[in-house]
Amino acid sequence: MANRVVQFLTRTRGHGRFHLTDWLTYGYLTIGVFLMFGPVMWLALSSFKTEAALLQFPPPLLPYGPAEAEVEGYDRPLPLYRVEKEDGSETIMAQVRRIGLIAQMVDPDDPGTIVKVNVKKRKRVEEFQLATENYSDLWRQFDFPQYLWNSVFITIVATILTLIFNAMAAFALSKYQFRGRTAVFLFIIGALMIPPTIVLVPTYLVVSGMGLLNSPWGVIWPAIATPTGVFMLRQYMLTIPDDLIDAARMDNASEWRIFWRIVMPLSAPALAVLAIFSVMWRWNEFLWPLIVLNRSEEFTLPLALNAFQGELKTQWNYLLAMTVLTLLPVTFVFAFLQRYITSGIASAGVK
Amino acid sequence: MNDKFASWPHRVLAVVTGALRAITHLMLNIPERPMRWAQRVLGGQRIAWLFLTPNLIIFSLFTFLPILINFYYAVTGGVQLWPSERPFIGTENFQKLFACDNYFDYSTCDQDLFWRAIYNSMKFVSIQVVLMVLFSLITALVLNRKIVGRGFFRSVYFFPVLLSPVVVALVWRWILLRDGVLNAIIESMGGEKVLWLLDPSWSFFWVIFVTVWAQMGFYTLILLAGLQAIPRDVYEAAQMDRASPWRTFRKITLPLLMPNMIVVLALALIRAVQTFDEVFVLTGGGPGSATTFLVQYIYNTGFAQQIQRFGLAAAASLVLAVVLFILTMAQLRASRSKIDG
Repeated sequence: MANRVVQFLTRTRGHGRFHLTDWLTYGYLTIGVFLMFGPVMWLALSSFKTEAALLQFPPPLLPYGPAEAEVEGYDRPLPLYRVEKEDGSETIMAQVRRIGLIAQMVDPDDPGTIVKVNVKKRKRVEEFQLATENYSDLWRQFDFPQYLWNSVFITIVATILTLIFNAMAAFALSKYQFRGRTAVFLFIIGALMIPPTIVLVPTYLVVSGMGLLNSPWGVIWPAIATPTGVFMLRQYMLTIPDDLIDAARMDNASEWRIFWRIVMPLSAPALAVLAIFSVMWRWNEFLWPLIVLNRSEEFTLPLALNAFQGELKTQWNYLLAMTVLTLLPVTFVFAFLQRYITSGIASAGVK
Repeated sequence: MNDKFASWPHRVLAVVTGALRAITHLMLNIPERPMRWAQRVLGGQRIAWLFLTPNLIIFSLFTFLPILINFYYAVTGGVQLWPSERPFIGTENFQKLFACDNYFDYSTCDQDLFWRAIYNSMKFVSIQVVLMVLFSLITALVLNRKIVGRGFFRSVYFFPVLLSPVVVALVWRWILLRDGVLNAIIESMGGEKVLWLLDPSWSFFWVIFVTVWAQMGFYTLILLAGLQAIPRDVYEAAQMDRASPWRTFRKITLPLLMPNMIVVLALALIRAVQTFDEVFVLTGGGPGSATTFLVQYIYNTGFAQQIQRFGLAAAASLVLAVVLFILTMAQLRASRSKIDG
């Protein structure tokens, strides 16, 4: 048995025949696709359902909802039902009200006469409803544009600063021989060993002492010096030949010009990987913004989502739409740049 | 007329590229003069310190200074944030955390939530890390086989890694609602609805499941890289010797994969001890305190409650720091002995 299992797991050489192990492999992968993509797909599908459709149980797969019709003489649109008549035929009628087991219904074409129907003899009419208002309402009724802007601002500014500052440090650590270089390197790598979760209280003090509470800068500054970033860039810059830099010095270029004009462009692949990671980190960050940003106008998207779902009565239709909009940019980045991401992780173990 | 409409994207593009060029130009030229001056003063190599300054300032302010202040917080009391206003109380915070009649029964402790959090964290870490490594390993082995569409399947398993923990939690909350899709499936198969997140054991299960679901792809990728680095001819030699697949796996794959396994184990451990985001949004630490872990205890004590007990939170952070330090040291030792041996 153990042999079988392992054979299935370790066989790397495929032959022409479709072996049992291949069935198991593709079975595992198919389940994987459902389990990994399914929940997110379900969320995305649900986000297009109307509020009424979201309340249905069991939930319909596609965004179907109860159909309604305007009937003359009634202020609100009435729900439509398919009613079974005594002779067995079916008509579509609108329900005015329901009293116990009897529903009072009208024919939309003949709004004058009310017919009494047993509730068991009627079935709701379902129609395809794409509730795009879940999305459009976000822009009009809620502070969503504000949250989006906060997230975008923090992500972009923090990423740009991360790239410049970390590249400067990496340049200094890879291209200069100065006293204390090893010490500084160890100092920075040492920061790797200190996860932010264990210095929450004092970092909060520092940030509040600098007057950065409830400001996007309170999230940006502590985040931009990432030891992993310095380490990754330094390893890459070590491969840039010193001759290039010496040649530039001959031409009387300043050290800053060397950094900005020679080292930065040559490090573009490493900078790209770090940029992608930085965008992901900042876009998804939760605990630190949760502590620093307390006013709702400063909330980033994850904070807004958290606040939204914590309300007494969760408005799932808007929450779902907002969740989809939050995961959309990351999904796009992933779709186009996944080669960089996976190779970055595989080589450096960065996350 | 037509011309005007055709040219506006070009105009926008021109403005954007112009702005970018201007910014890079300024970034190049503004520091130029001060830099030359600094070069004259400092000399050729010591100029490196100038490049290091921004990073060192940020590290000092937001990482190393906080470590020192954390010790101070841990030995002071009161509710003030500003250190000079906090009275010195010695080891009282620690005494409070560790005041227990019986360490095996957290309800006898003064800070019963702290012990509950420690107990929960230990349980969570020991189960979650084992499952995480196991499923990452199986997935990596499957992906390492000769399969059609490997790139696609690899990204399928990796996709959740990139999602925000808050998004992950909401995706699953939506599925696990009382009237959610999971209960609908169960009911259609003749079962009964379960209140997944209101039952202590089920919510603990889902916390583990969701964190494994969200992070597995990351570790799979590291293991897959390790598997692909194992040379083919080793396997061919094993085949020549008619070694059984199980033996091949135990004697070749596993030992050669060990360095990556240790990295995965260590990263998963250190990450699991610090679990917060997903759980906070998924269960809020509940029901009751069934899924309250160590970092959430720190967050609750220091930031979420009316009375912000920073001292107690800092003392608990130090306990967490000790745990993480031991784990990191164990990892370093393990990886070193592996390299030496």
